[in-house]
Amino acid sequence: MSTGLLIALAYGIPLILAVGGLIIGTILERRHFVSIREREARFLHCPAITSKHWDASRTVDASTIVSASTVVSLDYFKRILANLRNLFGGRVRSYETLMDRAKREAILRLHEASPECEIILNLRIQTTTIVSVHNRGKGIGGIEVLAYGTAVRYTAV
Amino acid sequence: MILTNLETVPGKNILAHYGLVSGNTVRAKHVGRDIAASLKNIVGGELKGYTELLEDSRKEATARMSEQATALGANAVINIRFSTSAVAQGASELYVYGTAVSVE
Repeated sequence: MSTGLLIALAYGIPLILAVGGLIIGTILERRHFVSIREREARFLHCPAITSKHWDASRTVDASTIVSASTVVSLDYFKRILANLRNLFGGRVRSYETLMDRAKREAILRLHEASPECEIILNLRIQTTTIVSVHNRGKGIGGIEVLAYGTAVRYTAV
Repeated sequence: MILTNLETVPGKNILAHYGLVSGNTVRAKHVGRDIAASLKNIVGGELKGYTELLEDSRKEATARMSEQATALGANAVINIRFSTSAVAQGASELYVYGTAVSVE
């Protein structure tokens, strides 16, 4: 009786975590992509570019550095899938969509932090892994994506 | 204080250079945040506690850099770069550096 319970717990909990993580994680991801597309359309008037050159024919009213970041992690089920991928190698799609979301979210926050800008120059994006203290760093892993650039506003003509 | 990651300040001329200025901060997360993050790790997505922590730290590092520039008599920092690294398990270093200059 007690061994049965132990076996049920040992296999049941990871299974519940995996299924729950998969369902909720997928719903959240889909919702996030909808929100990203919607907000990206709103900031089309202020492109964020990697070029360093501003429009020299206009006078610059103000320019300042802006930065924004987001820390993301993969859900439990996809993490297992990604670990399985290690056996065969190849593209790990679940991480690709995660990183895509994180980068676009960071750039969107950059826009939200500089509502009056007309252009964001010299955009840089950098990624860092954040390691946890517990469980020899294997427990909680996060990936930080930082986006920064210089927001420029021209004097109105 | 004008801060920019371009090599010049748009629309302004640089009068003097004061050299490199930098600011850093090493931050560790507290256990409460780790617990919240571990729950969030099941469903994936953003770990808001960590995002806030890193944003706060980055602001602090930037403020330290600005202080240094002010002490030198500069009124702008150009070509700013950010860097983040995990120096130990559970602790990250945020480093901000740039060139202090004075502009007209």
